[in-house]
Amino acid sequence: MGVKSIIFKPKFLVYLGCFILLLFLPRVLPIYHLILFESGITFAIMALGFNLLLRYTGLLSFGHGALFAVGAYAVGMTGEYFPDLYRIEILIPIALLASLVVSTIFGFICVRHTRIFFSILALAVSMVIYALLIKLYHITGGSDGIHIELPIMFGKSFEGMKRFEFLSGAYYYLLICVFAASTIIMLAIVNSPFGKALQCIRDNEVRAEMIGIRVRRYRLYAFILSGLFTGLGGAMWSFVNGHVTPEIAEWMFSGEIVYMTLLGGFMVFEGPIIGAILFTYLRLYAVTMTQYWMFLIGATLIILVLLLPEGITGGFVKLVSKIRRTPSTGVA
Amino acid sequence: MLKVKELIKDFGKVRIINSVEFEVKADEIVSLVGPNGAGKTTLVNLISGHILPTSGRIEFIGRDITFASPYKRIKMGVARNFQITNLFSDSSILDNVRSCLFSVYGKIKRGFLPANHYRAITQEAIDILDLFGISEKKELFPPSLSEGDKKILDTAMAFALKSKFILLDEPTSGVATGDKFKVMDTIVSAIRREKMACMIIEHDMDIVSDYSDRVLVLSEGEIIADGKPKQVMEQDNVKEILFGVRA
Repeated sequence: MGVKSIIFKPKFLVYLGCFILLLFLPRVLPIYHLILFESGITFAIMALGFNLLLRYTGLLSFGHGALFAVGAYAVGMTGEYFPDLYRIEILIPIALLASLVVSTIFGFICVRHTRIFFSILALAVSMVIYALLIKLYHITGGSDGIHIELPIMFGKSFEGMKRFEFLSGAYYYLLICVFAASTIIMLAIVNSPFGKALQCIRDNEVRAEMIGIRVRRYRLYAFILSGLFTGLGGAMWSFVNGHVTPEIAEWMFSGEIVYMTLLGGFMVFEGPIIGAILFTYLRLYAVTMTQYWMFLIGATLIILVLLLPEGITGGFVKLVSKIRRTPSTGVA
Repeated sequence: MLKVKELIKDFGKVRIINSVEFEVKADEIVSLVGPNGAGKTTLVNLISGHILPTSGRIEFIGRDITFASPYKRIKMGVARNFQITNLFSDSSILDNVRSCLFSVYGKIKRGFLPANHYRAITQEAIDILDLFGISEKKELFPPSLSEGDKKILDTAMAFALKSKFILLDEPTSGVATGDKFKVMDTIVSAIRREKMACMIIEHDMDIVSDYSDRVLVLSEGEIIADGKPKQVMEQDNVKEILFGVRA
């Protein structure tokens, strides 16, 4: 398949259309919604990484919040201790490096097991990060967290600028580009021979080994890749939020990552992206409607699991295949 | 090519494989027959590294592989299929075979270009499916195949590993009786063409005598006969065990 045949695929054109729409979003959306949308996009980058594990490797992680926090704190702590390096083109590689180190260690511990054992191990090691962030308060700021200054972006300083101006200006376009790049890279990964090998492991671990795939090692690779995307999401999110606190390393947030992936539908590649953006709005409206917003979120989860187990995109794919009267293969 | 010496496997106190010794030469097709519970699948599992023996020795091309990992054995050229089909159920038929080829050609670490970009490998996967007569189903997923087609796919995957020695555990069980010989013709001619050595576990005596160069008879964990199909079938103890005929 050459470059030409990729470019003329309808799916690619849809992606391109979406990307162009995103470029014009700041002119349409009110500033408040734009910032909300940006935080949704950062969650989407993370959810892409999360779904590499869930959909393509068959591992459900309940500890991705900690990896998200690693990316966010990497930015915050660099700003705190190495203000000279506080440039976005340096901060992103630092965040990636930090996620690489942490996810390698986490992965090494976790991928020895699968299914519920993996999930619980991931939860356990993520809580270690949470505890460290809380307890090492003289380094991490404890439960107060760290304030995130506006970074220098490609030599341009934003000092004295309001955060919303920064977020609706240059940063928005950077975020969209990072998001597009993440999507394309992830799409490439899951369709590559490496991605196929991960899917083999997910489908049948025993047979995967019998065709010469080193199962545990490939799971580790998947975990690390997933951690990199999650850390990147965390780093990008920290600028949007302006403040990082240990809450994002707690299991509650890890649970929310699972929730947004299920909401969008993990069986479809684009599902987690849609889920992440929808979740951001859903949570906001739940919070503004009632103080029992967690009840509302929980209720939607129950409805989701009962009525739309494959999420919004999964349900959509099913509907389309029903209309077309073609047998659903269960995979899009 | 493959040498098995005094191989013993105990499960708890039960001895399943009792000092089995045999040899498979290069490009030879050997059948392993025996009643249910004789230990045939256990023997295959021992050779493929699925389980490890209690004692004894397995050599492959002059190297000791008794306790080698399955991965190492595959890289050396020992492939197998599974009696109870063992497929990648959420990957397409094409991807099932193609992943084997990616593994063989060491492309499995390539993480950027889409799998379809590797045209030669994709074509080869289609050729293999063609050889086994299931290429028109390449877009389907294993659960939608018939039991017979699943077996064929399972064998095709073992075949795609381009091994020197291939273990086939009942490749025709579940295949419709009328198609059995057609399937065996396909498999055996492919194996002969690639000059692979092969060990087939089989129940159907017609298949055994038609397709194998040599027959091993396993009973209660011991090899009781080893020779040309015609000669072995004539032996009294074999007749008694396999056909229940008392001499």
